[in-house]
Amino acid sequence: MTDTAPLAKPRSQWADVWVQFKTHKGALVGLFVFVSLVLFVSVGPLIWAKDPTFINPDGATMIRTRNKPPSLEWPLGTDQLGRDMLARMMKGGQVSIAVGLTAMVISITLGTFVGVIAGYFKRLDNVLMRVTDLFLALPLLPLLLVMAMLFRDPLSKAFGTEGGTFLLIVVAIGLTSWMQAARVVRGEVLALKEREFVLAARSIGTPSRRMILRHILPNVMSPIMVAATLGIANAIITESALSFLGLGFPPDFPTWGRLLFDGAEYIQQFPERVIWPGVAISLTVLSVNYIGDGLRDALDPRIRGR
Amino acid sequence: MLTFTLRRLMFAIPTLLFISLLIFLLVDLAPGSPMSQIPLTVPPDVRLKIMEAMGVNEPVFVRYFLWLKQFFVVEPLVLWDHWFGTSYSDGMQRIVSWQSRSPVMDIIVERMPQTLTVIGTSYVLGVMIALPIGIYSAYRQYSWFDQIGTFIAMIGFSVPTFFTGLVLILVFAVNLQWFPSIYDTSLRVTDWDSFLAQARQMAMPVMVLALFNAAQISRYMRSSMLENLGADYVRTARAKGLSERIVVLKHVVRNSMIPVVTVIALGIPSIFGGAIITEQVFRVNGLGALLIGAIQGSDLPTVQTLTFIFAVLIVLFNLIADILYGMLDPRIRYD
Amino acid sequence: MKMKTALLGAACAFAFAPAAFAERGADGNVKVLYSQAVSIMNAYLSSGTKDVEVGSIVLEPLAGFDEVGTMFPRLVTELPSLENGGIAEDLTSVTWKITPGLLWSDGTAFTADDVVFTAAYCMDPAGGCAQLAKYEGVQSVEAIDPLTVKVTFTGPKPNPLVAFVGAESPILQKAQFANCTGAAAPTCTEANFNPIGTGPFMVTDFKVNDSVEFVANPNYRDPAKPNFATLSVKGGGDAASAARAVMETGEFDYAWNTQINPELQAAMAAGGKGQFVTGFGTLVERIEMNMTDPSPDLPEGERSTAMHPHPILSDVNVRKALSMAIDRSLLVEVGYGASGRPTCNLVPAPAIYASPNTDCIAQDMDGAKALLDAAGWVVGADGVREKDGKRFKLLYQTSVNPVRQDFQALIKGWWNELGVEVELKTIDSGIFFGGDPGSPDTFQKFYADVEMYANNFPGTDPEPYIVAYTCDKAPKPESQWQGENINRFCDPVFDELAAKLITTKGEAERAAIVIRMNEMLTKDTYTIVPLVDRGRLSAHSNTLGGVVLNVWDSEMHNVQDWFRIK
Repeated sequence: MTDTAPLAKPRSQWADVWVQFKTHKGALVGLFVFVSLVLFVSVGPLIWAKDPTFINPDGATMIRTRNKPPSLEWPLGTDQLGRDMLARMMKGGQVSIAVGLTAMVISITLGTFVGVIAGYFKRLDNVLMRVTDLFLALPLLPLLLVMAMLFRDPLSKAFGTEGGTFLLIVVAIGLTSWMQAARVVRGEVLALKEREFVLAARSIGTPSRRMILRHILPNVMSPIMVAATLGIANAIITESALSFLGLGFPPDFPTWGRLLFDGAEYIQQFPERVIWPGVAISLTVLSVNYIGDGLRDALDPRIRGR
Repeated sequence: MLTFTLRRLMFAIPTLLFISLLIFLLVDLAPGSPMSQIPLTVPPDVRLKIMEAMGVNEPVFVRYFLWLKQFFVVEPLVLWDHWFGTSYSDGMQRIVSWQSRSPVMDIIVERMPQTLTVIGTSYVLGVMIALPIGIYSAYRQYSWFDQIGTFIAMIGFSVPTFFTGLVLILVFAVNLQWFPSIYDTSLRVTDWDSFLAQARQMAMPVMVLALFNAAQISRYMRSSMLENLGADYVRTARAKGLSERIVVLKHVVRNSMIPVVTVIALGIPSIFGGAIITEQVFRVNGLGALLIGAIQGSDLPTVQTLTFIFAVLIVLFNLIADILYGMLDPRIRYD
Repeated sequence: MKMKTALLGAACAFAFAPAAFAERGADGNVKVLYSQAVSIMNAYLSSGTKDVEVGSIVLEPLAGFDEVGTMFPRLVTELPSLENGGIAEDLTSVTWKITPGLLWSDGTAFTADDVVFTAAYCMDPAGGCAQLAKYEGVQSVEAIDPLTVKVTFTGPKPNPLVAFVGAESPILQKAQFANCTGAAAPTCTEANFNPIGTGPFMVTDFKVNDSVEFVANPNYRDPAKPNFATLSVKGGGDAASAARAVMETGEFDYAWNTQINPELQAAMAAGGKGQFVTGFGTLVERIEMNMTDPSPDLPEGERSTAMHPHPILSDVNVRKALSMAIDRSLLVEVGYGASGRPTCNLVPAPAIYASPNTDCIAQDMDGAKALLDAAGWVVGADGVREKDGKRFKLLYQTSVNPVRQDFQALIKGWWNELGVEVELKTIDSGIFFGGDPGSPDTFQKFYADVEMYANNFPGTDPEPYIVAYTCDKAPKPESQWQGENINRFCDPVFDELAAKLITTKGEAERAAIVIRMNEMLTKDTYTIVPLVDRGRLSAHSNTLGGVVLNVWDSEMHNVQDWFRIK
């Protein structure tokens, strides 16, 4: 971790991280589960090629095929309109995971940027933290309503209904969830700034940009990782709440959150309809959290090798 | 420190004013109108008259300044009158909800106890569970205790509260019938029986929220402990021959508490904000439920007043967190 | 009424006997759950059904409706009629005779002054009265003597018994509300939350949007009623948990409007703690066809206005085909179960006003396809119909609601089968029904090709409801997008009929005109495509007796007769 070591040995850092990561059993299991889930939603539909929105137009057949328990024909059963739950779970997962990842990236990038800048530059600290307060204090729901009203139509026109809605939702979630990360990162940066190696780096005249990229950022990676894992969970849950309020994707466009809300009404008679999406959401978030945990340990040079 | 606090307080006033304006514009700009609360059977001309009588049609800045006056002058006067039996506020228009046509502040005061008891209890309980678990997990990293604690904490914030809430209601309220599924706000705790009834109706929401809070805080605690356990001063302390007990409990825990205290302080405003989803799922009629109802009904005065109070609390607790941070960690200097 | 009670009593003497001879307050406490919480007790300041209904426990009108929609006197000796001279020959005035000896719950006498005051209270231009429509055409209300009230209209009124009739138009006590008129109306919080009334109960504790506690009114006119000493109304939650609290956990005795899916209805009915009651009123779930062009390419202000007819839906055969492709019975089975039935009418009740038309009930997919083929819409390469280079694509919007989303999915499936491309859109109901002229998503603005919602009319007279479909009532920019003619339907023949209906007296003649107008909108033009006649579904516990579900007035209309089955 000294400055004098050139980047000539690329093996060192990431291989080290991987070696450390491998020792974390939970993280390995998490990685395996997460990759399986991603495969399930991305490759799954190629194997199980049923239309998730297909409703039998013939009324009599539809009545006979609705509310079916799991069987060979419908491995996860069918819903109240006779739609195949397995296909819906796959389709829903694509959207939920994509929304979770994208929104997390947006919110973490924004949060880290604000946090590092605020923590590092004393002059900007006050202003940026007041902006953070402001965002924390804004009521989320009206904010989202306004954003949906202002941007839904132009975005739909530019990127199509689904693309536009996707963009709207990830940006909305990203813009409203970066504040915690910013605060935590800023706190870490404030503490780091007083550390000897930073003082040393500064004393040899390292410019601010390199200071941040080389010394500060790598050392705040672990809180960022923790925040990122929490961020995915938050994004997936927010997306489901949005779908429920009618601000999310179109109604015939399943997401895990939406499936869970649709199933909630039937929880008593068909509990599996809540359990599939509920377990899928929980598993995704759980595995991501474990990965984050493993990464946190692996990225922290002080813990590495302990 | 004092000058820092004073300066921050001075800074807070324009920030809050700006926030209040922004919230007002935002709520006003948001689509949706209190008219949606009026059934379709009411003819359009009558609807327009109802809206006019509410003052909905005044220009937005007129309404904003009226609200400012009501919030900062009339409501404090009403409070003063209430305490000292004076009558300065007579004849002054208070902030009135569009939904119920009653003063918003009265509704808030009415809702406060439920939120504070349920959410407050779960928060305190969550913190009390989280700290020892976090400390011990970090100290025995990768032990069985840590693995299980980590797993439970992961479950705690991985499973959405609306999912756990639904499952709990199905199991404990519908099938086993141990707990009531609807929170009774009129219940007064006067004797042992009513205390038990209160405990029963609080059990499920407190369980869900305490698990959620404990999960988050224990992760922060563990994370922070791990950072410190590897620090040089710990090695020094051990080398000095201090007992392990003193090293961990006095040195490491104390230092690790710094970011955790901040996180705990930052979470306090959310107690008042109420956990909206949990209040909704368990029918606890608290502040969160009030806010959701007001947003759905586009009850602008209620949304505005409530969100502004939350904003004040958030700014205040952020300030408290910063001051605590500065006090606990002398390396951080604010001036 | 007495005779009927006696007969019923004889028939099931065992169950009814305790009720018939009970004394006031003998049955203890009864708990009612409203899935929407009560905001205010004064119906004149809130038109929300829950507020009006819970308010009706305390405040009563002069006359009300019973469970079959027949008017009956509450605070008067008899209903005014042409025969007894209560209604003037020229239909310009009504005289009400108040029952002697009536007392308010505070012990003071109920007089004609209170009725006069109530009218003045609501008709005050600064008050923003929610029930102003009830006083439409009222010129003056005067007290002839302490027990006689005369209502004079500005002109002949074929249906004069509107003001002071039904839970929406109760009588307020003058002494309590004297300082609350006009702009001061909303400031009287204490009076609005705890009104003095003539009803069987009075308020002891009111928590906004949460709960209301009542105690029996010591001055209620029937000394043996109410049977319960106290009544609690809890609000909030959703229909499913409300139904569960009555049907499965038994925490509550009565749950209002427990609209839940049919599977859950069946499961809960098996719970054994309570039962569902249903009643059908005038609420119809329907699809509205936009007769004007909602294309976003048109400039703002011309979109969805009469300037541009709809490029696809202007053809009646297209609209008819869309209607024929829908299987209404299946919709009912999926969405409503016992609390819905398929309908082809905009006015499904009262029976005398309902058209016998049932043509639309049977689904006819082949007929619909043939109709579209004949109209020149031919199936293109990707299965979507085309005509003159135009694709048959519809935007179908509605409010957020699980049943509506199921309906959207089903109907989309049928229309896809027909060769129609459908895009679905859901809008939060606060916005959809909010009527905000600045929002593009209100149902009045109708920036979509078809939309779905439900509507009904208060009381039993469909006149104001059906005459709203005249050309001039179309929402447009000049009217701030307000108006009830959502489809922008415009037909001079219809407008003439509407003008005729307003001046026609005699129920049979009026009914004939209403039926004709209803058919013009539905089976002649398919402008409005009715889907489901939605009933009211409420639940009561097996130990609560005397419940009579009433969809024409408040569900609490006979709360004084409720009793505990022991």
